[in-house]
Parts: sequence; structure tokens; C-alpha cells
Amino acid sequence: MLEADNLECVRGERRLFAGLGFQLEAGELLYLQGRNGAGKTSLLRMIIGLLPPEAGEIRWKGKSIRSSGDEFRADLCYLGHLNAIKEELTPLENLLASAHLADEALSEDDALDALEQVGLAGREDLACKYLSQGQKRRVALARLVKERRPLWVLDEPFVALDVAAVNWLAGIISTHLQRGGLTVMTTHQLVAIPAGTVRELKLS
Amino acid sequence: MLKIILAVVARDLKLAMRRQADIVSALFFFVIVVSLFPLGIGPEPDLLRKLAPGVLWVAALLATMLSLPRMFADDHRDGTLEQLALAPHPLGLVVTGKVIAHWLVSGLPLALIAPVLGIQFDLSSDALVVLTGAILLGTPALSGIGAIGAALTLGLRGGGVLLSLLVLPLYIPVLIFGAGAVDATVSGLGGEGHLSLLAAMTFASLGFAPWASAAALKIALE
Repeated sequence: MLEADNLECVRGERRLFAGLGFQLEAGELLYLQGRNGAGKTSLLRMIIGLLPPEAGEIRWKGKSIRSSGDEFRADLCYLGHLNAIKEELTPLENLLASAHLADEALSEDDALDALEQVGLAGREDLACKYLSQGQKRRVALARLVKERRPLWVLDEPFVALDVAAVNWLAGIISTHLQRGGLTVMTTHQLVAIPAGTVRELKLS
Repeated sequence: MLKIILAVVARDLKLAMRRQADIVSALFFFVIVVSLFPLGIGPEPDLLRKLAPGVLWVAALLATMLSLPRMFADDHRDGTLEQLALAPHPLGLVVTGKVIAHWLVSGLPLALIAPVLGIQFDLSSDALVVLTGAILLGTPALSGIGAIGAALTLGLRGGGVLLSLLVLPLYIPVLIFGAGAVDATVSGLGGEGHLSLLAAMTFASLGFAPWASAAALKIALE
């Protein structure tokens, strides 16, 4: 499903990696590992198409992601290290707004249900600026509850989460893999994902 | 297509309503700058009538500039811009929505308050009508052209000054025809020609600017 060939990444004057390739099929998870500055986030940004690779190609369902454009993005869900939530809006408004902007149908009941699952019941109507760091992260992660797009790209999803939330997120990711989804993620905390085939890629 | 533009406009308006200080401060800037001129020049109606169109338009340009740097900066800082760029529709449509929202909160209030300020300059009622019409027609072009500058300077240190240097020269045609429309009405020539040109500039910039801004945003996101 997702293939990368011979990727090369140059940031500034430095070459972070070259000749990198991988292949990921339905139901598989790819862990990207490496020290700080090894190019994990750069590789993720290449996969989602925001950063054009210096050389090489990334293909989704056999088509280059540069040529398929909107079609590829309709299959993609990306969660960066920034939460992409608006401080002035409430968690509910944030969830609904991001679904509308991503052209997804999300009903208010579904959104409330997702917020309840991430443990934000009772705080739906509180502006996000009053939430703690971990709670903001949970608002961002609530998107994943109803997300049915096949490819998830997650940048450090476990940061700022407590133990219960880490386990919950691992569960959500396994359900996604069981449904035949793909996940690419970076993390420094190795969390056991109960289902799916786990592949690892070390950048050095 | 229309759905995504409306979704962006709705979100940006909701955010603007939660942060009304931004709208009010640009509006007050406009009111105060314009009001300082009659106070400084003194009660000479002929001179004030001559100065009015230029003063009002220059103040409108500067008031619009105040809110431009934030057009994409907030979305860039909290990661929303990445998500918008990854949505399965062209980024140009998203930017079109943002330009419309920017005009609704920055250009439209200026047009609504301009006739009240025009009275300080002893403008005739005909001239006030044309002034309001010219600001209504011209300010969308300011938001559109400004979006290109805001996108190009996104994430730069000291981007605000660079933004003014980039954008203000491009505002000159709008300034000339906007002030010209009122001048022509005052002198009895009729401002229809100027207003048509302003409308043309607005349509051209609304059609073209979002796509240029989207290209600049993609570079900023790399």
C-alpha cells in the first residue's frame, strides 16, 4: 500500500539520510526510531507530502503521492507534534471544525462520544486555553476515535499523556490496524501495540 | 468547493468573535488617525474637503496592514495550517475563505464607519456615498493582495516590517482609484469609472491572490 524508494533528505547543508526505502501493507505499523535530529519528523513530512524529497519517490496504492494529490490526502490522517487545536474554541468546536475543514462528516453526538472516550466528559464547553497540556493533547487525539481513513501518520503521539491515556491510544491504534489500516509513527517510548505487524526502521 | 470556503469563513469568524480586541483595535486606529487630521489642520473646510479622500484611504490601508501579519501566523503556530494543507481539497480554496473572513472583520467595519468620519471633513452626502462604496469595493483587494504578503513573510523574524514593504507598494493602485473616486465626485465629474476599476481590481485579486498565497504557504510549510 505505502512504498518508499530510495529517499534522500537534505536539510540546510546536511544530508540526513539517503537511499532509504520501506514497504508497508494493510494492518502494519511502522515505528520510526532514531536519536534527536536523525530526520524522523522530516521523513514523516515527506510521507504526508509536505516536504518534497531530494531524491526518490513515495507511492500510495501504486501511485506517486505527488501526482495523486487530493486523492492521497483523502486517505491520510496526520497528527503532528503541534496539537492543531484553537485555544479560543471549546474541545467540541475544535473537533467539529477540524472535521469540517478536512471534509469529513462528523455529527455532534459522535464528537461528544469521542471526547468522552478521551476522558474529557464535562469539559466540552470549556475553551481549550483553560485545559492542561495533557488535556489539549487528548483533544487532538480525540480525532482518531472516529477516524476511518486508512493511513495514520503520528508524530510522537504519546508525549504529554498519562499511563491510562497511553494504553487507551495503543488500543485505538490496534483497532485501526485490525480494521486493515496502516500506521507510521515516531516515538521514544516503546509502547506495545497488541495487534498488527510491527516493523521498525532505525534512522542513524 | 463552496462548502469548504464557507467552513473556513465560519471558523475564522467564530475565532474573531472570541478575540474581539483585534477587530476593535484596528477600527479604533482607523478612527483616531482620521480624526487627528481635522484637529491638526484646523477648521478650514475647503482644505479638509480636498484632503479627505486621501487621508481616509491611507488610514484604511494602514488599518488593514495591522491585522495582516496574523492572517496565517496563528494557524501556523498551532499547527492548524498543516492540517488545512493536508485536507483533500486545493489549498487555494482554504485561502479564499481566509481572505473573505479577513475582509469581513477588517474591511467591512472600515466601510461602515467611514461615512461618519467623512462628516468631520465636511464631505457632501454624494461624496460620502461614493466614499463608502469605494471602501466597500476596494478593501477586498487589500485583503487579497495582503494575503500574498502574509504568506510570503510567514515564519520570518521581523516579518511585520517586511510585510509592509512588500504589500504597501502593491496597494498604490487601490489607493489612487479609491481616493480618485471621491475626488471625482467632489469635483462633479462622477466616480463611476474609478469604482469600476476598483471592482475589477477586487475581482482580479480575489481570483488570483489565493492561489499565489497557497503556493507561498506550501513553501513556508516545507
